[in-house]
Amino acid sequence: MSPRAACRLESLGFTQVFDYVTGMADWTANGLPTEGQLAGVLRAGDAVQRDVPTCRLTERLGDVVKHVKAAGQNVCIVTSAEGVVIGRLRGAAFNADPDASIESVMETGPTTTRPDDALRELTEHMGARKVGSMLVTTSTGRLIGILYRKDAEEKLRRESPP
Amino acid sequence: MPTDISRDTVQELVAEGAQLIDVRPDQEFQEEHIAGAINLPLKTLDATTASRALERSRPVVVY
Repeated sequence: MSPRAACRLESLGFTQVFDYVTGMADWTANGLPTEGQLAGVLRAGDAVQRDVPTCRLTERLGDVVKHVKAAGQNVCIVTSAEGVVIGRLRGAAFNADPDASIESVMETGPTTTRPDDALRELTEHMGARKVGSMLVTTSTGRLIGILYRKDAEEKLRRESPP
Repeated sequence: MPTDISRDTVQELVAEGAQLIDVRPDQEFQEEHIAGAINLPLKTLDATTASRALERSRPVVVY
């Protein structure tokens, strides 16, 4: 919508026109100030863990496992060089042959959500489906982090009681 | 061609006096909008409304 508005303004003679294409989704995902009836509602981006191990498809599994365990983590997200989510390593993948390919042991197409999604509805949805965590990505699929249901429930309990 | 900008640039431009315009419909604006933005829905954007709402001498950021 905003690219059309920006072009329209230029056609009306405005010469300094800038387009914030990613708009509200990007703004709210980064916790920047808003106004209005829904301002202050907690979102996925408010409870996401951003410090998440990542690896590329071309890396050696044994090296990745060592790196992830050293960081005290039990999950690793497989991304492209641009940060787009390709898959996830967890559970049995960490006990596989160290020389196995990442491709052969990763889960493909993990479920993702957007950082501006309302946290309460999302957490209820995760609870109903017994989902413990969900990847949070931009609308273009780039990894932002992992939303753990226990973190989300704790955040809601502390900051937004029903 | 209008320039695509990031949120950091939005904040810089607004701090320097740019006008921040939310072009979504009124209902979405009422629900939530970027602090300090004004609403000029795309459907109502024409020479008259633009002249009334905006100053030509200052940069305009739309989203």
